[in-house]
Amino acid sequence: MSGMRFDPVLLSRDAEGLFWMARYLERVENLARLIDVTQSFESPGYETDAWFGLIRINADEKNFAERGFSPDADHVKRFYLLDKGNPTSVPAMLEEARTNARTLRPLMSTEMWRQLNVFQRYVSGLTAADLEGDALSRLCTRLKDGVQAHTGITEGTLYRDQGWYFYELGRLVERADQTTRMLDIKYTALLPRDGEEKRMAELTQWNAVLRAAAGYHAFKRLTRASFSAEDVVHFLLRDPSSARSVLLCVRRAEAHLDDLRRIYGLHGAGEPMEVAEYLRELLLEKPLGHILSAGLHDYLDFVQIHIQKLAAAIGRAFFRDWRPELPALPGGALSSQSQSQSDGAPEAAA
Amino acid sequence: MSPAAWPDYDAGRYFCELTRLRPEAGPVPDWLMQRLQRIGMDALRVRAAAAEHELIDLGVTFTVYSDATAIDRILPFDCIPRILTHNEWALLERACIQRVTALNAFLGDIYGPAKIVKDGVVPADLIFGNANYRPEMKDFPVPHGTYVHVCGIDIIRDELGRFRVLEDNARTPSGVSYVVENRHLMLRTFPDLMAGIRLQPVDDYGRRLRAAMTDIAPAGDGDPQVVLLSPGIYNSAYFEHVFLAREMGVPLVQGSDLLVEDDRVYMRTISGLRQVHTIYRRLNDDFLDPAVFRPESTLGVAGLIGAWKAGNVAIANAVGTGVADDKAVYAYMPRIIKYYLDEEPLIQNVETHICREAEGLQYTLDNLEKLVIKPVGESGGYGITIGPRASKAELDAARAALLADPVNWISQPMIGLSVAPTLGEDGIGPRHLDLRPFIVTGKESWVLPGGLTRVAMKRGSLIVNSSQGGGSKDTWVLAEDFSPEEPAP
Repeated sequence: MSGMRFDPVLLSRDAEGLFWMARYLERVENLARLIDVTQSFESPGYETDAWFGLIRINADEKNFAERGFSPDADHVKRFYLLDKGNPTSVPAMLEEARTNARTLRPLMSTEMWRQLNVFQRYVSGLTAADLEGDALSRLCTRLKDGVQAHTGITEGTLYRDQGWYFYELGRLVERADQTTRMLDIKYTALLPRDGEEKRMAELTQWNAVLRAAAGYHAFKRLTRASFSAEDVVHFLLRDPSSARSVLLCVRRAEAHLDDLRRIYGLHGAGEPMEVAEYLRELLLEKPLGHILSAGLHDYLDFVQIHIQKLAAAIGRAFFRDWRPELPALPGGALSSQSQSQSDGAPEAAA
Repeated sequence: MSPAAWPDYDAGRYFCELTRLRPEAGPVPDWLMQRLQRIGMDALRVRAAAAEHELIDLGVTFTVYSDATAIDRILPFDCIPRILTHNEWALLERACIQRVTALNAFLGDIYGPAKIVKDGVVPADLIFGNANYRPEMKDFPVPHGTYVHVCGIDIIRDELGRFRVLEDNARTPSGVSYVVENRHLMLRTFPDLMAGIRLQPVDDYGRRLRAAMTDIAPAGDGDPQVVLLSPGIYNSAYFEHVFLAREMGVPLVQGSDLLVEDDRVYMRTISGLRQVHTIYRRLNDDFLDPAVFRPESTLGVAGLIGAWKAGNVAIANAVGTGVADDKAVYAYMPRIIKYYLDEEPLIQNVETHICREAEGLQYTLDNLEKLVIKPVGESGGYGITIGPRASKAELDAARAALLADPVNWISQPMIGLSVAPTLGEDGIGPRHLDLRPFIVTGKESWVLPGGLTRVAMKRGSLIVNSSQGGGSKDTWVLAEDFSPEEPAP
């Protein structure tokens, strides 16, 4: 008789922990990307506007003011990179990722845990000197490297059962959301009024967004010599092959949910699949020209709301307030008992 | 004595676990000393620091929480191993099994017919008036008569090298993860110290524990679902909970993951509720079931005790074992072993004066300055007065406490705990240590070779507890068939 078991158990709490660990790490990587691109948007005399744009696209205005910061380039950098009391800062999110990882350690490889542990300790030791001058760009590179090392170790070592799917779902949901924010940063950036100067500035900015989304070279290969804003938006929202495009993330999430349903018999996947399908249609239905003329920012807001709905549907199906049916017991009638739910779940930051 | 390799090392009047001549240790102690010398002090310090750094990177830590911060601490690790010969281990192993067998027989009796009380061997109020006696356990048989599935027995060695039992830990003893992690760490960072030396392995613990948990599961399920119940990440032993869940290959659950319906325990999984058959709990009795014990506890599971008593789930260790490892009951252990097994203890207790008995109290009061005075209800080395090292005021306070409530105290002679060479700021010097072997019992008992060697990192200190600055060492049990393969280190 074989000693292997083929029905691995996954606690709901652990599924949720995997989902959130991946989300927090993906968010750290994207925040590093956003900070990097913001720095390249900075133009002498307009630093404050450029940096405060970051606060706006993350909807962090209230939080920023409550933490006692004022709209100033230096404060924004500190708020996101040093302020452990700010839940949307890199050190706070890594702490959250590590806290989740601690509960997940029996499911993770030692290599995954070790890298995250060392990475978190490095980030918690950052100081103001790490934000100055050319150090900031190096820091962003290190943050991206740290998350990508995590991603690579995970790819190479995490056992591919249901847990892996929930980890992937967390990553995809977060990445889709963050890509919409990356596109949105253009909305907050300042531009010269008109003419050739405006065209050039706009080109520079779109290039920076593409670089932030690690899509610059692929985009160049795909497009004509002269490209339009529409092309960039298409590439980041709808391109079926761009690693960070919203459509790609949504399609993969849909496929993962389908696998959970087919391979593991998790019928709860049906509802989030419907939300994902709606989101996919939403991404493709209108010509981009219409979207741009009606206002990209509002459209991105709308997409973000539906990404959040997808996350909530996954949560309802598998994590929170979820009361599965009891297996049939001899005797039949079951008393219904109200259950306290796991309270360890981190809340979604808006 | 001081070995040739270390002219400055002086263990004084204490028994040294490395330098004391033991023929059956063969050449190993000499090799070890020569190899350490060859590495040299500077390199040794660098490597010791690297080893500790490795523990931090791997998160082999316990966490100290304050208002705003969480500080991860490691249990300080000393890179010079402690050696037990095969003969020493054979005695320790048998003595541990003897002790656990007696503890289980004792618990089965006091929660059953209580013959030992009726026969006047142990006073009734010591058992039935004990805060850790659980009336819920009365007349509730447990599988294989095993109450203490995991036991840690603290053993010391006196000036003459005689082993003595200092304490039994029969509730939720911790520290076994360090035994295994210390060995892995030694293998990675000091392979040259270990070359050619055959040791009894320590990596079988998880499998043995899982087998014991399977042994005690309710009958009728060929592949019982075992889980480890932890209070969660804020518990200082959380690393160990992770370690054990991983080594056993079972889910690490918290109270909120479990629920009880119709006297059955289930865990919440993404594919629905899954029945649980054995719970290895690392949670004190008080917190297990808010419906029976502390109503405000959110760490446990309401209805768990009911499910247990209905025979649908096994809990390890059993509820109510705290009455057996109480320091007051400890004093009676030699009589308890004799009563149930009709054997003399293979390893004696430290001579203990029971202050609830007139004779013991008088002796203690008369010899206060020579004795170690211990409260019976504390653990972790708290509340202890060490007579020979106490001030006049401290002795007076101890005397007053003794007179106020003699039942609460025992006293023991001051034992010069054995020492082993340990790396300190001032070089390699002798430090006091003890040993905690771990015994796993399902149908039968098994002892993990070696155990946790805890060492007082401060020169002269006798307190080895991790909560008070103790560290640990890798504990080497030399293999029986060990014969050197190479003539020189």
